[in-house]
Amino acid sequence: MATKLPKTDAVIIGVGWAGGIIASELTKAGLKVVGIERGGDRKTEDYFMMHDELRYAQRHGMMQDLSKETVTFRNNEKMRALPMRRYGSFLLGDGVGGAGVHWNGQNFRFLPYDFEIRSKTIEKYGEGKIPKDMTIQDWGITYDEIEPYYDTYEKMAGISGEDNPLGGHRSNPFPTPPMKKTVNMKLFEEAAKKLGLNPYVQPSANLSEDYTNPDGISRVACQYCGFCERFGCEYGAKADPIVTVLPVAKETGNFELRPNSYVTRILHDGSGKATGVLYTDLNTGEEFEQPADIIVLTSYVFNNVRLLLLSELGKVYNPGDGTGAIGKNYAYQIRKGAATGFFDDKKFNMFAGAGGLGILLDDYNGDNFDHTDLDFIHGGMIIHQQTGQRPIGNNPVPSGTPSWGQEFKDASLKYTNATLKVSGEGASMSYKHHYLDLDPTYKDSFGDPLIRLTYDFEEQDRKLAKYLAGRCEEILIEMGADHVDTMQELEPYDVAVYQSTHNTGGVIMGADPETSAVNNYSQMWDVENLFVVGASSFPQNAGYNPTGTVGALSYRAAEGIVEYLKNSGGQLVNAKKETQNV
Amino acid sequence: MSNHDEKQLDANGSSRRKFLRNTGIAAGGVVVGGTLGGLLGMNDKNEPAESASTSKAVTHTENHNQALMFFTPEQFHITDAATERIFPKDNNGPGAKELLIGYYIDHQLAGGWGTGTTEYTSGPFFPGEPTQGYQGRLNRQQIFKIGLKGIQDYSQKTYQKSFPELTAEEQDAVLTEFADGNVSLSGPTSSHFFSELRAATLEGAYSDPLYGGNAGMAGWEMKNFPGHQMSYLDIIEEEFTEIKPLALNSQHNH
Ligand SMILES: Cc1cc2nc3c(=O)[nH]c(=O)nc-3n(C[C@H](O)[C@H](O)[C@H](O)COP(=O)(O)OP(=O)(O)OC[C@H]3O[C@@H](n4cnc5c(N)ncnc54)[C@H](O)[C@@H]3O)c2cc1C
Ligand code: SF4
Repeated sequence: MATKLPKTDAVIIGVGWAGGIIASELTKAGLKVVGIERGGDRKTEDYFMMHDELRYAQRHGMMQDLSKETVTFRNNEKMRALPMRRYGSFLLGDGVGGAGVHWNGQNFRFLPYDFEIRSKTIEKYGEGKIPKDMTIQDWGITYDEIEPYYDTYEKMAGISGEDNPLGGHRSNPFPTPPMKKTVNMKLFEEAAKKLGLNPYVQPSANLSEDYTNPDGISRVACQYCGFCERFGCEYGAKADPIVTVLPVAKETGNFELRPNSYVTRILHDGSGKATGVLYTDLNTGEEFEQPADIIVLTSYVFNNVRLLLLSELGKVYNPGDGTGAIGKNYAYQIRKGAATGFFDDKKFNMFAGAGGLGILLDDYNGDNFDHTDLDFIHGGMIIHQQTGQRPIGNNPVPSGTPSWGQEFKDASLKYTNATLKVSGEGASMSYKHHYLDLDPTYKDSFGDPLIRLTYDFEEQDRKLAKYLAGRCEEILIEMGADHVDTMQELEPYDVAVYQSTHNTGGVIMGADPETSAVNNYSQMWDVENLFVVGASSFPQNAGYNPTGTVGALSYRAAEGIVEYLKNSGGQLVNAKKETQNV
Repeated sequence: MSNHDEKQLDANGSSRRKFLRNTGIAAGGVVVGGTLGGLLGMNDKNEPAESASTSKAVTHTENHNQALMFFTPEQFHITDAATERIFPKDNNGPGAKELLIGYYIDHQLAGGWGTGTTEYTSGPFFPGEPTQGYQGRLNRQQIFKIGLKGIQDYSQKTYQKSFPELTAEEQDAVLTEFADGNVSLSGPTSSHFFSELRAATLEGAYSDPLYGGNAGMAGWEMKNFPGHQMSYLDIIEEEFTEIKPLALNSQHNH
């Protein structure tokens, strides 16, 4: 029997970026909030031995323990889904701060086109441009409507950057100036300009200079230490929930954090409202019920979907007829359209860098280029990054070089610090047959079904990746690389190869309850006091990293929650009827 | 104290001073968390290089880490020979043997990586498609035992010699057969075993010396990788700069 605890105003399931932002906003507004997090608590002082590639980058020292819980995967419905037994394609956060602790801090806003992709594509190219089984949707919110929330998020995190010449309008400049430009970034910039393109320094959540945010939180500048992605920042320079929003929540006295506690169900009664959560203290094995007026589900894409399905909340997506919403429109990122340039007599400081250090262009992103004669829609950014090339993970050799032995050793040493990559970050469209549901066979350590992922690259992705790879190659040649290896064909999606932790969809946002699960405040259409926040609400993915948009949506959700309580309930948005491909 | 140690301490101390100067912390800039405060404290108090732990190190010339936790001596010798072919000594510098990669792999296999403690190991097991990643029922301890025995058996069958006794060319020929998946093993494929061995070899060459490989940071030196440095603010905008590596020990052992 679960022990029933006293009721609280709001309970947050998973204390990462989304959970942390909402905790800070709600507690500032005077609400009592309980944050339940399956992993442990931590602080920057714990990161003193962080510069350890083996422990953190290779062995995934900060990630979710897959022996307890993983996802199962198949490329299509004809295949048997099997568990992801080891990490590969994406990495899952665990512990207070979530993946926000060990992210890179590459921080973007999506394009205005992204939020209205379906209508704008049809408007310009006609209905026929969207293949029949491609289920892209408008978000039910426009860029102009979300812009103020981007602004709030960026000020909180102290995002460093310069204007994107091809991006949406900004109501305010970046809170801090762009990161430093390295020699190779300058090479990219010059080459891109010669080609008539529009390069700009990557917006970054690694601070370019010391910064104090509107909440009064001060952080020091990034040291370009090269141990950023997959590592925690011992300086607190990288914006992460632990050095930004969580101290603010704690300071209010309204926040209670319960680490090492695993939520297994969202509880609800017959009235269409959620009543609280059921969780297990992982240290003692004791089970508790935490009642609350508001439930905030921020446990990342996979568990957002899984907890709704396990708790029987919302209408399950049916890939057969396209009805239902929970699990619908899983999308990802097309990261493989890329080229690698090898320099025979130039070296660069590639061992140094920062997670968010890089330079990019959006000339081939969104609808910034004409698609009339192209057989795909959207595109992606083209970027040259300098995140710090650590030696176990980076042994670049030109194609045709053996993968071991003296020749390999010699080439990998020669080209270390002499290899520059330019890559496409392709947008990922949603399809009727890409979705998440409960696995019929494999279980987690509580005996509950794992989430099952059905996903593969489509013709659209193959065309897009090849197109972007070609553009990357042109830039590298202009940069003076002596030898360029370019992706030729996009292979089927492989869950064992790291690509990006940019998983999206499953609890998507929209204007119509028939085709979406949440409204533009991340409030569930079917359960008005349940807010499901994260990249799970993206109806498809853009040609950018997701977290800037997750942050904006979190601020908007927090505003919606406060409004909801003020109104004493009800939907915050009126439903609209929309058309879509089914 | 050896010369080498002294240089390390110097480099460490000066990089810390540089860091403090660059961030303006010492001049009373903003401070976050306890880490930076802690650094400041250490910089003030622990500047003298003669701490108890460094002077004790003088007497330790033997490496007590060179002993086996997991392998039998035979398994170790096969690993030592095979990793030397994967990462041989050459004009660039030492190979697997001198870098102590065999010990690194032995020690790793003895722990959680060997038994797959953070991997999903529940059944049922099915072969799966190549896009579904490793689906075997064996952990790395088992895969290495089977694979190393396979190398030995194959060498005996083909050359009537044990693997470490073969010439370098013969060893390469054996390993190529394994890498190409041509040798049948009971359980893992030979190519999967080889890819684990290759990955572990690179880890042993380039991980922090605290794990037993990358002896004397010679792997990092060959690769111009500076290891653990507190800050690259000074060089991030500069042309390629060679920096003497530091290990995590330099951070820990004041
Ligand atoms: C290595 C890496 C690099 C990345 N780099 C970038 C980047 O440069 N730019 C970018 O935009 N994005 C990046 N990302 C993605 C970014 O980290 C995520 O978008 C972001 O953290 C998502 O925030 P979230 O709150 O939705 O989820 P998370 O931050 O993952 O937080 C979810 C939390 O919920 C907890 N949880 C899950 N299930 C339960 C349960 N049942 N009970 C209790 N708690 C639970 C988890 O432990 C976790 O702490 C990166 C991710 C990784 C892994
Ligand atoms: S690169 Fe910068 S932000 Fe990243 S961990 Fe190092 S100091 Fe922190």
